[in-house]
Amino acid sequence: MTKLLSINNLHKVYYSKNNALEAIKDISFDINENEFITVVGPSGCGKSTLLNILTDMENLTSGTITYHIPNLKFGYMLQSDAMLDWLNVFKNATIGLDIKKIKTAENIAYTKNLLESYGLKDFLNKYPKELSGGMRQRLALIRTLALKPDILVLDEPFSKLDYQSRLKISDDIYKIIKKEKKTVLMVTHNIEEAICLSDKVIVLTKRPCTIKNIYEIKREKNTSPIKNHQDSNYSYYYNLIWKDLTDND
Amino acid sequence: MTKEHLSYLRKLKKEKFLVFTSQILIMIIFLFLWEFLSNHKIINPFIFSSPSKVLSTIKDLYLNYNLISHIMTTLKETFIAFILGITLSFIIAIILNEFKLLNKIIDPYLTMLNSLPKVALGPLIIIIAGANQNSIIFMALLINLIVGIINIYNGFNNIDPNLIILFKSLKASKLTTLLKLTIPASFKTIICSLKLNISMTLIGVIMGEFLVSTKGIGYLIIYGTQVFNLNIVMSGIVILIIISFILYKLVIFIEKKLLNN
Repeated sequence: MTKLLSINNLHKVYYSKNNALEAIKDISFDINENEFITVVGPSGCGKSTLLNILTDMENLTSGTITYHIPNLKFGYMLQSDAMLDWLNVFKNATIGLDIKKIKTAENIAYTKNLLESYGLKDFLNKYPKELSGGMRQRLALIRTLALKPDILVLDEPFSKLDYQSRLKISDDIYKIIKKEKKTVLMVTHNIEEAICLSDKVIVLTKRPCTIKNIYEIKREKNTSPIKNHQDSNYSYYYNLIWKDLTDND
Repeated sequence: MTKEHLSYLRKLKKEKFLVFTSQILIMIIFLFLWEFLSNHKIINPFIFSSPSKVLSTIKDLYLNYNLISHIMTTLKETFIAFILGITLSFIIAIILNEFKLLNKIIDPYLTMLNSLPKVALGPLIIIIAGANQNSIIFMALLINLIVGIINIYNGFNNIDPNLIILFKSLKASKLTTLLKLTIPASFKTIICSLKLNISMTLIGVIMGEFLVSTKGIGYLIIYGTQVFNLNIVMSGIVILIIISFILYKLVIFIEKKLLNN
């Protein structure tokens, strides 16, 4: 397995008028190629901060992040699908290319291919309003994939969906990610989702957050997230992570 | 079409008809009462005039006082002030949005300016811009500008924060964000603020014409008061109501056209 990135002794402190708030205290882990890593932790523990630091949207206070390949690219997928309502599906999918000014014929063909492969072929000229929730989520993923990121960063991508759509859409998204052979770092507070989707689960403590445990998820047979619910190890991991999270109180 | 659907449509039609006829009826009753009370001297006909007198005065104004050119003057001033107002408030709102620090610095001054009754500046404007049409347009601008800036600026600030994060994560430059997110995302708000803007502009223009003018509907009204011919005053007001109603409907029509595309 090729190492893509190492995080060492990451520290983040927020300053406000009256106090300094320590959000992250000493976090270290590696991200390997093709891995699906999930970070779980109590709400407000600084999970999103971690993602923001990785994707260079916030500064770290101390510690290092080492890239093991040059020009490592992140693709950030947000909690909401964040569609630009006034642009059609195709233009939404290529907005990243547009902003980064890399709208080459090759990149456009690649994006078009993604749209066609993942069920949006007949919707290129439709507007986001006309799509179902699942389609919008797929479009958001394709928009991120269009930039050919090395690491996909997902910030609670399914948290706004109801239970049923959540299962279906996460299954959908998972299949696309695996097919495109992407490395993923996902943040969630849903233990179930973490176990069923990932290869590795990192459990964080509450603020200031540190790493409580890291679990390599082993399954009898790796099929699909929905079927992984029935895996014999599922409840074993569930109990461990549940205990880790409740220990905090 | 099912029976239920048909009866539902019939109900809708009936309601629409009822609303329309009631509106017309209110107008007729109002005009009739006005005429009746004035004719029987229950209200002072010298002060309140009457529909028939207003009508004949308008005819007289049209034939002997060049009414059309007065209307055109007011319309022209309104149009210029309106276009200038939108353009300037759009530009200023962008500047305030892009330079948040500047915004913080000048905020108290904007608040002061906003709470100042603009008419108070009238005499000053006349001295600066001269006793001519410029003063009128300037006055109208002062009034529609603040409303315009506040509306457009609020539109900029009501953009879905997720979209802002998206652009941030894509490392979009300030200019790109402005052109590809801020402006298109608040297009609807900007268009919807036009309604308010046109009314404000007309208020400003009439106020300006009250202060300094030789032409226009505002001038006619002031002239009517000076010569104590209240028929002219009433006629001016009636014409003004019609103009503002037409302008408002026109803006709504344009708004619909723009938003449908």
